Amino acid sequence: MSPDLWADLAFWACGVVAVLAGAAVFYVDSMARATYALALSFVAVGVVLLLLGQAYLGAVVVLMMVMEMAVMAVYMVMFMGMNPALMPMSMVHSHRAAIGAGVGAFLLLGAGALLVPWPERRGAPDPDVTAALGEATMGSHMLVMVAISPVMVATIVAGVVLSLHRGRYDRGDRP
Amino acid sequence: MILETVLLVAAALFAVGLYGALSQQVVVMVMMGLELMINGVILALGGLWWFLAPDPSGQVLLLVVVAAMTVEMAMGFAVATLLHRQAGHDMTDMATELRR
Repeated sequence: MSPDLWADLAFWACGVVAVLAGAAVFYVDSMARATYALALSFVAVGVVLLLLGQAYLGAVVVLMMVMEMAVMAVYMVMFMGMNPALMPMSMVHSHRAAIGAGVGAFLLLGAGALLVPWPERRGAPDPDVTAALGEATMGSHMLVMVAISPVMVATIVAGVVLSLHRGRYDRGDRP
Repeated sequence: MILETVLLVAAALFAVGLYGALSQQVVVMVMMGLELMINGVILALGGLWWFLAPDPSGQVLLLVVVAAMTVEMAMGFAVATLLHRQAGHDMTDMATELRR
């Protein structure tokens, strides 16, 4: 079998797993299982990114989302005070409208994907795309990184301020 | 594997995420829906990068989307924690403080 055929098979397997695991997030009857299903969906998308030549970003997506879902599972156990795997849940609202919006979005985006006359590929990827990304973020696209950095710091500060028991102006002397 | 098939899978992921974000009542589950939508965007951007213009600019854009996802996750958890502390619940339908 040719490498292209293997890549095609891997893409379809990962694509089906990503979508089915994504659907399972809202179908399984516990938050723990939903978390693992979402992690599986992200890992499948990370593998597709690897197939698309994104060695660094594919690995980042896989590693980051596995850690993020582990944090999410801990969060659920901490705040719900129970074993989330034993918690049945069907807490939905506007169910029919949401299904309609989802189906409508898929039809619209799918039609766009199939009907738009996509242009030919322009240029070829660098021999080492990871090195090219590193040089871009530290060179021609440094402004992007410079902008993201304060956003990340602001996120850390805002996250701590929001989630602290004591507010910004509360000295802790209130009953 | 062609661009259209990658975009179709991305569209399916986005649609499933949109369904979840609109239908779920628990804040964390709404966040999961948003994450799935961003998952679809990441896949679509990866496909567009590879099949249309594989230069570093597209990778930088993808990096920005991944960073945006981390911001969404961190702020979502912080807001859910605040909601839990202040009101003792984590449901979107019960967060009606601003309703008159």
